[in-house]
Amino acid sequence: MSAGVNAGDTAWMLVATALVLLMTPALGLFYAGLVRSKNTLNTFMMCVAALAIATITWAAIGYSLAFSEGNGFIGGFDHAFLQGVDFTPREGTAIPGLLFFAFQATFCIITTALVSGAVVERMRFGPFLVFSAVWSIVVYAPLAHWAWGGGWLQAQGTLDFAGGVPVEMASGFSALAAALVVGARRDYGRQAFLPHNAVYVLLGAGLLWFGWFGFNGGSGFSVGNASILAFVNTLLTPACALATWFILDIVRARHVTAIGAATAIIVGCVAITPAAGFISPGWAMALGVVAAVPSYAVIMWRPRTRVDETLDVLGAHGLAGFVGILFIGLVAGSSWNGVADGAIYGDWGQLGEQAVAAVATPAYAFGVTFVLLKLLGLVTPLRATAYQEAIGLDIVAHGEEAYATGEGAILVAHDGAVEVEREAEREKALV
Amino acid sequence: MKLVIGIVRPEKVNDVLESLYRARVRGLSMTRVQGHGGELDRVETYRGTTVRMGLSEKVRFEIAVSDEFVDPTIDALCEGGRTGEVGDGKIFVVPLERVVRIRTGESDTSAVTPVGAA
Repeated sequence: MSAGVNAGDTAWMLVATALVLLMTPALGLFYAGLVRSKNTLNTFMMCVAALAIATITWAAIGYSLAFSEGNGFIGGFDHAFLQGVDFTPREGTAIPGLLFFAFQATFCIITTALVSGAVVERMRFGPFLVFSAVWSIVVYAPLAHWAWGGGWLQAQGTLDFAGGVPVEMASGFSALAAALVVGARRDYGRQAFLPHNAVYVLLGAGLLWFGWFGFNGGSGFSVGNASILAFVNTLLTPACALATWFILDIVRARHVTAIGAATAIIVGCVAITPAAGFISPGWAMALGVVAAVPSYAVIMWRPRTRVDETLDVLGAHGLAGFVGILFIGLVAGSSWNGVADGAIYGDWGQLGEQAVAAVATPAYAFGVTFVLLKLLGLVTPLRATAYQEAIGLDIVAHGEEAYATGEGAILVAHDGAVEVEREAEREKALV
Repeated sequence: MKLVIGIVRPEKVNDVLESLYRARVRGLSMTRVQGHGGELDRVETYRGTTVRMGLSEKVRFEIAVSDEFVDPTIDALCEGGRTGEVGDGKIFVVPLERVVRIRTGESDTSAVTPVGAA
């Protein structure tokens, strides 16, 4: 071990990194359950694609733009292609810089995957790959720099423990822009689109919650108090959001719904993400209740609009992240976090600093994503054709089905020519 | 009375239902079926296994109608189900010998006429 590296911190961060990586396939499962069966694989594959694309862009340039010395807006090129990212401790932590890079990479991956929820069931796979590569560089990396890499939000005192700015608000408001540019699915608003497997949705939400302990618990980069607080708050807030959602569901429709429960888990996890290491456990429980209400309202209202933000990334991530960021400004307590107080403990300035982030982040994420997709749309069509959309993107984009029966499947010989010959003979015999 | 059997693309089912509704055809049943009608095979690959899907998914409508409704039903099926590509499906019309409504014991034309439509 290099000098200055702490064994306990490093051991935990190795585990936390793996936990966060699991969240991306978990998100794939969550999303796949929410779409129609003919788009199961395509939806899942958009998340799997982020595992490939965002890791590469992050190693090549994203990490450097987020976490190397630069100006207030964006970092520099000092760590491009992982230059100087090695076993020496990352500044401000006692874990190797290389591990710090990997942990942050898993954040970039899941955030890129999150945006896909806005465009599933109709966006072409190829353009999505290009979009996710560019998005991870021009939207995620600068926002990570603003919040964590020494950028202007961090410099002016905005607190964001685990990603209210670059992860939750960035993905939520980018999703809104993406939904507007790509446009609604055919027959949206005319025909009901039902989730095809609620069990996937619940299992995906459960795995996301599990991974979130690494996401929030690891964002203290140590096994210190802030990490313990963040870890425990990641249990408390989603549980309270879940209970609140039950009540809202009962009041609205007299049933506690499974898809609603899965959504509530996500909303709770998202809300506590920025605040995890800054607010007391009691306030974390209150946050679960507070955050559930606006997200619930938006998720109920959005399908009545013309905006086909298909999987409600805005309602679940953008809005809950927004609430979480502001909540820090109200109830952060220095007796718990040792860093800053919120408004009710006497520092109204903190609320102002949080509010700046809650305005600037959505504006940047929405604007850049909107322009990026408009430009990409000039080069290549973003949408599948009406026919492709009708038969489903699993077959169109991947040549596979999620639920293939195998009935009527004729094995194609490895030597194509032989098969053609055989087929000709068979046809002759039939005639 | 005729039994109109329409085999259509699954992705056109909603259009078919809509045009049937507009043609005031109310009583129908539908099943998911697999079949082949000369359309091009779809190729799928699973690891090293490449297959041609010789059967494609279709939806089969069965609609028992009185004589005056035979043509409107056929028109509606065509209108809702047509894309112009091979694989749009077929319509078979077969004579019906007898129809009985279980609830009332009514038979034939009154049995295929929806309640309230007469």
